Amino acid sequence: MSDDRPDPDQLLARVERDNANAKRGRLKIFFGAAAGVGKSYAMLLAARERRAENIDVVVGLIETHGRKETQALLKGLEVLPSRQINYKGTMLHEFDIDAALKRRPMIMLVDELAHTNAPSSRHPKRWQDIHELLDAGIDVYTALNVQHLESLNDDIGQISGIRVWETVPDTVFEDADEIELVDLPPDELLLRLKEGKVYLPQQAQQAIHNFFRKGNLIALRELALRQTANRVDAQMLTYREDHAIRDVWQVNERILVCIGVNPLAERLVRAGKRLAVSLRAKWLVVYVETPQLQRLPAEKRDGVLRILRLAEQLGAETVTLSAPDMGEAIIEFCSERNINKLVVGKPSRRGWKRWLLGSVVDELITHAHNVNIYLLGSRKDSDSAEINLFRKSPLPGLRQRSARKKGYYSGYGWAVLITLFSVLIAHFMVGSLELANVVMIFLLGVVFIATRFGRGPSVLASVLGVGIFDFLFVPPFYSFSVAGSQYLITLLTMLVVGIVISNLMINVRSQAKVASHRERRAAVLYAMSKELSLSQTEEDIVRTAVRHLHSEFSSRNVILFPDSNGRVLYPKQKSIPESLHGADLSVAQWVFDHNEMAGQGTNTLSGNEAIYFPICNEDKVLGVLALLPVNLRRVFLPEQQKLLETFLRQIGQAVARIRLAEQAKMTQMQVETECLRNSLLSAISHDLRTPLATIIGSASTLLEGEGRLQTQDKLDLSLVIIDEAERMSNLINNILDMARLDAGVVELNKQWHPVEEIIGTVLTRLQKHLLDRTVKVKLPAGIPMIFVDAVMIEQVLINLLENAIRYTPEGSDLEITVDMTETAVEIKVADHGAGIPKGREDSLFEKFYQARHEAAQSGVGLGLAICRAIIEAHGGKIYAQNRLGGGAEFTFILPIDQSPPIMELEE
Amino acid sequence: MTASHKDNGFNTLPNKAMTKTNPVIIVIEDDPPIRRFLRTGLSTQGFIVFEAETGKQGIIETGVRKPDLVILDLGLPDIDGVEVIKAIREWSAIPILILSARSGEQHKIDALDAGADDYLTKPFGFGELLARIRVALRHANRSLDFMQSDVFVTANLTVDLQNRRVSIDDQDIHLTPIQYRLLAILVKNAGKVLTHQQILKEVWGPSYQENAHYLRIYMSQLRQKLEVDPTQPKFLLTESGVGYRLKI
Repeated sequence: MSDDRPDPDQLLARVERDNANAKRGRLKIFFGAAAGVGKSYAMLLAARERRAENIDVVVGLIETHGRKETQALLKGLEVLPSRQINYKGTMLHEFDIDAALKRRPMIMLVDELAHTNAPSSRHPKRWQDIHELLDAGIDVYTALNVQHLESLNDDIGQISGIRVWETVPDTVFEDADEIELVDLPPDELLLRLKEGKVYLPQQAQQAIHNFFRKGNLIALRELALRQTANRVDAQMLTYREDHAIRDVWQVNERILVCIGVNPLAERLVRAGKRLAVSLRAKWLVVYVETPQLQRLPAEKRDGVLRILRLAEQLGAETVTLSAPDMGEAIIEFCSERNINKLVVGKPSRRGWKRWLLGSVVDELITHAHNVNIYLLGSRKDSDSAEINLFRKSPLPGLRQRSARKKGYYSGYGWAVLITLFSVLIAHFMVGSLELANVVMIFLLGVVFIATRFGRGPSVLASVLGVGIFDFLFVPPFYSFSVAGSQYLITLLTMLVVGIVISNLMINVRSQAKVASHRERRAAVLYAMSKELSLSQTEEDIVRTAVRHLHSEFSSRNVILFPDSNGRVLYPKQKSIPESLHGADLSVAQWVFDHNEMAGQGTNTLSGNEAIYFPICNEDKVLGVLALLPVNLRRVFLPEQQKLLETFLRQIGQAVARIRLAEQAKMTQMQVETECLRNSLLSAISHDLRTPLATIIGSASTLLEGEGRLQTQDKLDLSLVIIDEAERMSNLINNILDMARLDAGVVELNKQWHPVEEIIGTVLTRLQKHLLDRTVKVKLPAGIPMIFVDAVMIEQVLINLLENAIRYTPEGSDLEITVDMTETAVEIKVADHGAGIPKGREDSLFEKFYQARHEAAQSGVGLGLAICRAIIEAHGGKIYAQNRLGGGAEFTFILPIDQSPPIMELEE
Repeated sequence: MTASHKDNGFNTLPNKAMTKTNPVIIVIEDDPPIRRFLRTGLSTQGFIVFEAETGKQGIIETGVRKPDLVILDLGLPDIDGVEVIKAIREWSAIPILILSARSGEQHKIDALDAGADDYLTKPFGFGELLARIRVALRHANRSLDFMQSDVFVTANLTVDLQNRRVSIDDQDIHLTPIQYRLLAILVKNAGKVLTHQQILKEVWGPSYQENAHYLRIYMSQLRQKLEVDPTQPKFLLTESGVGYRLKI
C-alpha cells in the first residue's frame, strides 16, 4: 500500500472496536507456565489493591487449595457463594453466573479460565461464563496456564506427553485486554513442589509428577514467555496501526485452510492458526463437499463438523462449499475472497495413482495464480493412520452396497450367468469368427455387467471370461497354458474396461442422487417460500414454518416472539400437531437477547433437549425458533444446516415483511384518522355554532326586549331556543356515541331479546317525532328471540327511522319488516321518500356524509356511521338501496350464531 | 331521549289541584345554574323548594325538612349520589327522582336498585320533569292507602289485586300465575321504573337473577294478551336496558 493514510475500513473497524470495548468489561488474565507459579495469589493481591482504591471487587470463584498465604489474602474481600450441584452423588462447586450478574460488581475474580462446568450449567465452559460477564460490562480477573491454550495444546501434548482436555480458544486469550505474566523459574517451582506448596489432586499424582520434570517446565516457561511476547508484539502493531505509523503498514493477508475427511485436518487447522497469528492475518477454513464425500458415513462427516467447530473456536471463519470439483471450488473461492495464502495437506494419492488420477494439490498448484501454497507434511505415524483410515474408509459406493447386500451378491450371480451365456454364444461363433472377435463377446458381457452391477462383478466376469476363453477356445484346448502371454493383455483390457465403466456408472448414479437431493431441497425451499409469501399474518407464517420444518427435519418446532417488553412468550394460538410443547422460555430468552443459538449440540445450555435458533432480519432478532430434533445429525450436517439457515432467513424475512405491512397500515390509518379528525372538527364547529347562535340570539332578544315583546313573540323565541338546544343535544349524543364506538370502549351487552320488544321500545321513544306518520310493522308470528345488545340495536333503528323522518315528506308512511332465516335475522326500514342518490348507497354510511349538504336540518352525518359501527360490532352488515316503487330501504342483517336458551314456560 | 316541547307540561298542571298544602321538594345538586332554573321553575308551579349543594347536606336537609320528594344529582362533590339514596332509604320511603348526566344503563340500574324511583338524563325538558314529579308524588300518595284492597285502572285495563282479576274493556283476561305475578308487581309500582333484577327477584326469587330472558318472554306474553299492538305498547313500557314501567 503506497498510501500512508489509514484505510477507512480499518478506521471504522477501530472505532467499532473501541466502542465495543468501552461497553464491554475488561478482561485481565494472570498467565502462567504451570500450576503453582502463584497466579491465584497474584490475582488476589491485585484485587486487594483495587479494593484499597475503593473499587467494588467481588471474588466470584477462587481455588485456594487450602494454601494459607492465599487464604489470608481473601480476608476482607466479598466472596460470592458458589453454586452447589449434585452430580452423580458428588457435590460440585460451580461459579454462579446468575448471582454474579445480579450482584454486578465493578471487578469480578473468577479463577481457572479453562475449567469445564458441570453438565447442567448454562455454558459448558467457564470462559463462556466470563464472556457473558464481560458482555454485561463487568471487568473480570482470571487465571490461565499456557498448556490450556487451544493452539498450543498439541505441541505441549508432544512435549510433556500429557494431553489436557480442558482448553480455551485462543481468541479468548487474544481478546483479553491485559495479560499479566506470573513467572517463576523452574527450580523455584520444583522447590515449592517439594515443600508441598503446590496443590496436586490425589488421583493424578503420578502423572503430574511426570509433568513436573525440569525439562517440561523449561519448555512450558518458554512457551508462556513467547506467547506473552507475541501478544505484546501484536499490541504494539495495533498501536502503530491506530496511530498511522507507516512502515509497518501491512498488506491485508488472508489465509485459507482446506480440510478434508482425514486426521490431517485438525493439524491443518492448528497450523493455519499459527500462520495466521504470525502474519496477523484473517484466516478461513474451508471444507469442500463433493458428491463422493456426501456419501461418506455420517460419523465421518460428524468428524468434519467437529474440526470446523474447532476452527471457529480458534478464531477462523468456516465455510462449507458443495461442488463437484474440489480444486475448482477452492480456486474460485480464493479469487472471490481475495485469498493469498493457501494451507493444504500433502496429497494423499501417491505414485502412479497420483499420476493417473491427479490430485487436488497438483490442480491447485497448476491453476491457482497469485496464491502462495503451504503444504503440510504428515507425520509418519499419522501417515499410517491415514492410510489405515482410508482403507477403512469407504471408497465411493460402499454404504450403498452394504445397504443393498442382496443386490450386491446377486450381482456376482449375474456375472457368472452372463459369462456362461457369453461362453454359449462364443461356442456357436467360434467356427465362423476369429479368436480376437470371440474375445469381443466376452468384453461385451463385461461391459454389460459393469454398467449394471458395478466393479466387483465386472472384475469377476473379466477373470472368469478370460479364464474360460483361454480354457475352451485357445489351443491347446482344455488347458490354461497359454501359447504366449498375449492373453494377459486381453485380461488386463477387460479388467480396465470393467473397472472404468463401473466407476463411471457409480459416479453418474451418485451424481443423479445428489442432484435429486438438491432438487428436493430446492423444491422444499420453494414450497415454503411460496407459502410464506402468501401468508398474511404472523400466525400463518408460524404455522407454515412449523409445518415445513417438521417435514424437512422431522422435528417438533415452535416459534416464539417477544412481547412489548422484550420477554419471549409462548404463542397464544392453537397448536398444530407439529408444534413443540414445553420449550424452555429462559433458554429462548437468552437466545433472543444474545442473538446466538443455544441448546443441544451448541456451546450454550447444551443440556437442553431442543435447539434454539434466533430468527433475524437484517441483524435484528425478531423471534426464536425452538426445534426438538429426532436426530441431531439431520440438523447439523452441513447441507442440512445450510438449508435450515435459509429457512430461518426466509422466516425472518416473512415476519419482517408482515410487520412492515402492519406498520404501513397503521401509518395509513393514522393519516386517515387525522383526516377524519379534521373534517369532524370542521363539521362539529359548524353544527354547534349554528344552534348556539340561534340560542344566544333568541335569549338576548328576550332579555333586551323585556316589556316590549308580545306574549306570542316570547313564546316563539322560547320554542326556538328549546328546538335548537335539542338539536345540539342530539348532535353531542351522536358524537359521544361515535367516539365511544371508535375508541372501542363499547362492550356489547348481548342478551336474549324478543324482536318485538326492541321495535316496541323504539316506537315508544320516537312517538313525539313520528307525529302523524304510521309505522307499519311486519313481524312474522313466533319469531324466536335474538342475541344482541338491545340498547345498541334500538339506537340503530332510531337512527334509521329519524333519518327517514328527516328525508321524507311529512305524513308519509314508514315500514319495518323483520325476516328470519336459520342463520340470520334481517330487519328492513323502508320509506316512501325521494330515495338515495344513485351511486351513493355505500358512501351514506361514511362519517360526516349528508345526503343533502345544503339542508339546514343536519346531524353532522354521523347517524348512519354509528349504525354501521354497531351492526359490524355484532358481526352483521348493513346496506341501503332504493325500492322498486320509490323510496329508500335500509337493511341490516344480524347473524344467528347460537340457538335461544331452552326455557320452561307455563304455556 | 329528552322530552320535546310538544308535550311540555307548562299549561297542563293545575297549580293548586295537587294537595291542600304545597308539596316540599329538596333539590340536591351542585351546579348553580341548574339549581336556579329548578328553583324558579318549581316555585312557579307551586312547590316549596329547598336546596342542598352536597350529598351530606342533602341528607341532613331531607331529615330536617321531611320533604314530599327529593331531586338528586348523582355527580356530587362529596359523596356519590347512590350513597345518598342508600342513606335516605335507611329511614324514609319518600320518592327520589334522579337527575344525572350519566347516561349509561348501568348507572340507571345502580340508582334504581339502590331505591330511586325514577331517572332523568340531562339534558331534560322541564315538562318531562314535571310529569315525572307528578307520577312520583301520585304513586307515593297512593301507596299510603293502596293496599291489597285497591283496584288499579289505567285506560281500558283494570287490575283487581284483591280478587286477582284482570280485564280489558270489562272482558276478563286469563293469566298464568307467573304472568299475573309479573303484572301485579308492575301495578303495585305503577309509574315507577323497575329494574330487571328487582322484578326477577320479586317474581321468580333471588336465584333467577341471571335469567333476564325469562322476564322478557313473559313480558312479551303479557303484551300479547293486554296490548292491542305489542310492537306499539300503550302501558307495558320498556325502559331500554334498564327494566320496565307500567304507564299510568
